[in-house]
Amino acid sequence: MRIPNPGYPASKLASLYLRMNDVYLDYNATAPLRPEALRAIGDVLANVHGNPSSTHAFGAAARAALARARKQVADALGVAAETIVFTSGATEANNTVLRQAARGAGRGAHLVTCATEHPSVLEEVRALESEGCRVTILPVERDGRLDAGRFEAALTPETRLASVMWANNETGVIQPIAELAARAAARGVPFHTDAVQALGKLPLALGALPVDCASFSAHKLGGPKGIGALYLRRGARHAPLFRGGSQEAGRRPGTENVPGAAGFGAACQAACAELAQSEARHARLRERLWDGIHAALPDARRNGAREHTLAHTLNVSFAGASGEALVEALDLEGIAVATGAACHAGSTEPSHVLEAMGVPRELGASAIRFSLGPGVDEAAIARVLELLPRVVARVRGARAA
Amino acid sequence: MSERWLVAMSGGVDSSVAAALVARAGHEAVGVTMDLGEGSARDAAPRSAKKCCGLPDAEDAREVARALGIRHYTANYRDEFKSHVIEPFVAEYAAGRTPIPCIACNRVLKFDLLLRRAKALGARGVATGHYARIAAAPDGGLGLFRPRDRDKDQTYFLFDLPRATLERVRFPLGELEKSEVRALARELGLVTADKPESQGICFVPDGDVRGALGRLAPGAPRVPGPITTADGAELGSHDGAVGYTPGQRRGLGLSSGPWYVREVRPAENRLVVDRAAALEARAVALRGAHWLDGAPPAGEVRAVVRHRHASVSARVAPGAEGAEIHFEKPVWAPAPGQAAVVYDAADERVLGGGWITGALA
Repeated sequence: MRIPNPGYPASKLASLYLRMNDVYLDYNATAPLRPEALRAIGDVLANVHGNPSSTHAFGAAARAALARARKQVADALGVAAETIVFTSGATEANNTVLRQAARGAGRGAHLVTCATEHPSVLEEVRALESEGCRVTILPVERDGRLDAGRFEAALTPETRLASVMWANNETGVIQPIAELAARAAARGVPFHTDAVQALGKLPLALGALPVDCASFSAHKLGGPKGIGALYLRRGARHAPLFRGGSQEAGRRPGTENVPGAAGFGAACQAACAELAQSEARHARLRERLWDGIHAALPDARRNGAREHTLAHTLNVSFAGASGEALVEALDLEGIAVATGAACHAGSTEPSHVLEAMGVPRELGASAIRFSLGPGVDEAAIARVLELLPRVVARVRGARAA
Repeated sequence: MSERWLVAMSGGVDSSVAAALVARAGHEAVGVTMDLGEGSARDAAPRSAKKCCGLPDAEDAREVARALGIRHYTANYRDEFKSHVIEPFVAEYAAGRTPIPCIACNRVLKFDLLLRRAKALGARGVATGHYARIAAAPDGGLGLFRPRDRDKDQTYFLFDLPRATLERVRFPLGELEKSEVRALARELGLVTADKPESQGICFVPDGDVRGALGRLAPGAPRVPGPITTADGAELGSHDGAVGYTPGQRRGLGLSSGPWYVREVRPAENRLVVDRAAALEARAVALRGAHWLDGAPPAGEVRAVVRHRHASVSARVAPGAEGAEIHFEKPVWAPAPGQAAVVYDAADERVLGGGWITGALA
């Protein structure tokens, strides 16, 4: 692909697209880098260039930076540092876990997961199914939550892994992970959770739960893109996805992304330090947003149970308006939201998450997701509330015309 | 005054330049590429290559938008394309007619759904890379005219646009030659500048209608049947009558030719063939006639019965299903399902037309 204006710095490129007062409400897609993460990355890039596998002092310095980052991530999860394996992101972590669960298990291997999972779980599970695994994809209740009894009933002696996301990216719906993990443990089934959206948003205390493995991504909480982590409980079965090195204690070959890890660690630390405070703040702003929407557009429908939803996520259907058109129309007004999962061939597919929750197709196609973060303030919410009713009316009117 | 205009960007050179011209005129151009799904050849890349954000033509359109500094979105119209374009295409062939899916695609996808999109996005209307012109008609309202580049004329595919639609449509290429469009694209350094011309129907690669029908309607089996003359003399056989079109000579495998398809009779699974002279028609009957001025034109007009055919002098008359067109000189092999498009006597302005139901003796 041709890069436009090769001489431009990224700041200039961004200025071609962004305007003052643009409002970013798409934190579940990705979050801006936290200043702490930026400092940590710059610090490592400027001062630590060694390969952590090298014997010499330069290698030792890199190892130290990596160890510190690992400790920061582990602390955020409430686990021991050696249980953390850095990966390229949560997609790799999810794929690794699912694939190793099926590996060597023969054609009878059974996997259990849930209909609202991220594509990096669902597509890998379907691939494994086509390779001979038996797969159970559990439906969710209308509020988006998985019923623990239904979950337990799906577990069999052949079940090699149960994988259920902690919190959903589209709706923010939080699964009863402690309960599900306990039921899996009681049946002797290893339990994995894709906790991408939960990290930095909920207190996790992973070490206190019978969770065997979990996937994380740095950029959702203000770390850099291109790094994530896989938590592997001591003694958890594991096989690396790649071959070619003994890095990460033989669990993930490839030279470590030391600056990325440093940014991830710093972001974890910063996000967790302000967790309680930001959760309350987001909940307040989110409810203000919802109250405003509801007052102006009484037929707007909130998707996902309020009491089991991440504080910063709001998914709303505007019957009679196309979600895809709403996102574009709001973008042209300087407000960045999403229809849900980011991209399918660039255009929007109906949400499998809302469909699994029994939301009628037409309502599902009219949904947009607001996801808040540190950069969102009262003024941003006020601006959205000022513009949204007009934009919704216009988009609805266009369909009816 | 600067207005916001949606530009339908297919990823080809014409719509790229259309977008550039809208922006150059001082308007806010917003590019939209329609994701038309599996049926469309635009989407014919290997499955793996297009899984995410990978429609290759949409990628070109995005690149052009970047170069022009305009917004670009990819909009999902797969269901609509299937129900309004692909399915009627299959059904028309199954009924023995020869459809023109591009006309339905223009009317429904580009100049209805995309116009609604424009309204939703607060845009004045839709601009496209069609070669056609919109200008004042004799009655003072807007009319649809042939473009300056007659070789590229696409008015045949636009004849059934409602007249009111013209107010919210722009064809920035109407006054340009294709060579000028390419030159402009090169001057602007657009990646699409030297992209090959897209030919024919986007979801019928290489014009292979029968191949496309097999892919789009895999449930419809091809049953061999007879090829006969009009009086029933059997000359040979075909492997499924659907997909042939009147005037077609190739693919019949008959000796003592040349024979031409005169009629497709799907109910009997029969192809009727004849000599060239027998396919001449002095008049055609139309259904679904559409007249931009609100009434059928009186007096002498020009008419065409297939895209790129030269127009002939004609008159419009009332008919059983709406209208008839009587030609001064015979036209050859008018096909049921094709459009007959009527222009004014100067052969410039589109007056309307309709769908051919058959030749009249």
